[in-house]
Amino acid sequence: MLRHLIINFPLITVVVVAFLGLAAMMFKRNIIKILMGVSLLESAVNLFLVAVGYRQDGIAPIFTNAPSTHMVLPTVQALTLTSIVIGVATSAMMLSFAMILYKKYGTVDIRKIRKLKG
Amino acid sequence: MTISSIAQHLPALLIAVPLLTAFLTPLVGGVNRSLRVLWVFLGIAATSAIGLALAWKVFTYGTVIYVFGAASVTQTLPPDSGGIPIRIIFEVDAFSALMIVIASLSAFAITIYSLMSESECSGQDGFYALLFLLVVGIMGMVATGDLFNFFVFLEISSLAGAALVAYRVDKGVAVEAGLKYALLSTLGALCVLIAIGLLFAQYNVLNIAALASRLQFTTLDKIALALLVVPLAMKCGAVPMHFWTPDTYTTAPSSITALLVVSSQASLYALFRILFSLYGHLIHFSYATFGWFVIILGVLSMFVGVTMAIPQKDVKRLMAYHAVSQTGYMLLGVGVGLAVLGDRTALNAYGLTAMAGGIFHIINHAMYKGLLFLTAGAVFYRVGTRNLNKLGGLGHTMPWTMVFFMIGALAIAGIPPFNGFASKLLIYESVFRFSPFLSIIAMVVSILTLASFVKVFHSIFMGPRREEFAAAREVPPAMMLGMGLLALVVVLFGLIPQTIIDGLIMPCVTALVDRGAYMASILGGH
Repeated sequence: MLRHLIINFPLITVVVVAFLGLAAMMFKRNIIKILMGVSLLESAVNLFLVAVGYRQDGIAPIFTNAPSTHMVLPTVQALTLTSIVIGVATSAMMLSFAMILYKKYGTVDIRKIRKLKG
Repeated sequence: MTISSIAQHLPALLIAVPLLTAFLTPLVGGVNRSLRVLWVFLGIAATSAIGLALAWKVFTYGTVIYVFGAASVTQTLPPDSGGIPIRIIFEVDAFSALMIVIASLSAFAITIYSLMSESECSGQDGFYALLFLLVVGIMGMVATGDLFNFFVFLEISSLAGAALVAYRVDKGVAVEAGLKYALLSTLGALCVLIAIGLLFAQYNVLNIAALASRLQFTTLDKIALALLVVPLAMKCGAVPMHFWTPDTYTTAPSSITALLVVSSQASLYALFRILFSLYGHLIHFSYATFGWFVIILGVLSMFVGVTMAIPQKDVKRLMAYHAVSQTGYMLLGVGVGLAVLGDRTALNAYGLTAMAGGIFHIINHAMYKGLLFLTAGAVFYRVGTRNLNKLGGLGHTMPWTMVFFMIGALAIAGIPPFNGFASKLLIYESVFRFSPFLSIIAMVVSILTLASFVKVFHSIFMGPRREEFAAAREVPPAMMLGMGLLALVVVLFGLIPQTIIDGLIMPCVTALVDRGAYMASILGGH
């Protein structure tokens, strides 16, 4: 039982962090906090990808002085790096939107930012 | 570089050329204004030419495979890979090629139009850089054969799209819409990424064809299916996840709205690709369930879209709801095809025709809806308002815009001889044999669409000349050219529908239905 818990610990963390992020996105009224929720969710997904890529006793594909040529194909690690870069771009853009909204409306409360209707 | 090597590398150039144009635009634009106009024009002309050439190659010689970074561009399975396509592969089959044709034609017309419509605005370097990035995103989404690569292009198009929506701040309203779009897109893309992780964790491949051959339809695969289908249905604006479309389409500059329509359709393409090519036979036990899921999405979109459109006062908002409604037709057509996929006789009797109607409607919708948004932009460009209650009498001063609007409006309402009629007729006929009730709903929605556009036409263009719009005149030639190009396609497709269906649409239907061929082009054998 404990062993299962330890093995699955990264995945449990993923679920907890993802739900925290989702909860922040849904229940917070402050745009900055919503964006923090998005960031949390992104981190959870990245952690999930890395956790999925773990191989016990796997060897990183660095050929210099490698003990064996039987190595792990680092696909998920590459995916995670890409996803982090995309996450940075998304966060930067959305935070700049939040800045402009604050300048124009004088608030970051989504209940007060409602000029669009329909 | 010789012609043959260009022809060989068309799929890579399809991404490389607009990407390079995007990032060099600020540099070139720094020199002077006319050089930037020339640069942007050359960039989009080259991109569209490459897109059309690639599509021609696909429709003439069959599926084009492009492996990035391999010894030869067709070497999908390197000898030391253990039978796994480890590299990023572009797989351009007939359906992808059709989407590339749509993107090429629309992007070309839209960019020409933007060169004039945006010429008075500030921040042009960034505007065109983002526009080209949006084109890169769309082209990549429809050309790639790799699931993670698809995610990257989805994010590129979402980011560029959101930035462009918010580009003209408009007292903050546009930024509000941009933020909404960005948040939903990010949430959707993260769901897609989780699905990709779930699939990769089980099968160790990312290539769509290789995944399709390995899928077991475990519980995790079912979760992954839901995590792929729901965000993509949201991105293509299907009811009940359509709430972002009116805001986004209304506040974006009109030329961008027309391009966002194409980007939504790229999501629609991905939705169909996942249902047919990736999962396909695995959901054979209940084609009807999945088919009806798509059909219900479609019928809801059609009906809710059009009923929301009728009371709108803002012309672009009204058109945005019509875009939701028209997406419903595509979902309905292809959904009927999916529902009868397991039943050979029904499939041949009407399933394939329904799918052809749905897919034909994708290209038709991109053309006439793009045209309509551009005419709305032209009106806004001259008179500065989109409010239908304030507009009127513009037919006297803007006759060409009026003609283009009429062509678009008649096409969207499905009046012959325009292209909307051709695809809607296919949908009515075939859906009637599946379920007469659905066909009747589709016709009623068409009539409501016509009613709505008659009202819009009347309030913008008819009536006596108005004093406040006395200064309005016809838009500049570049904008006319952009609208004219799309109008030409609308009329042309309406006049020779059978040629288009036989030449362009049926190969797409075959490509979607034949999952084995999609896998075989990567993995070899059949």
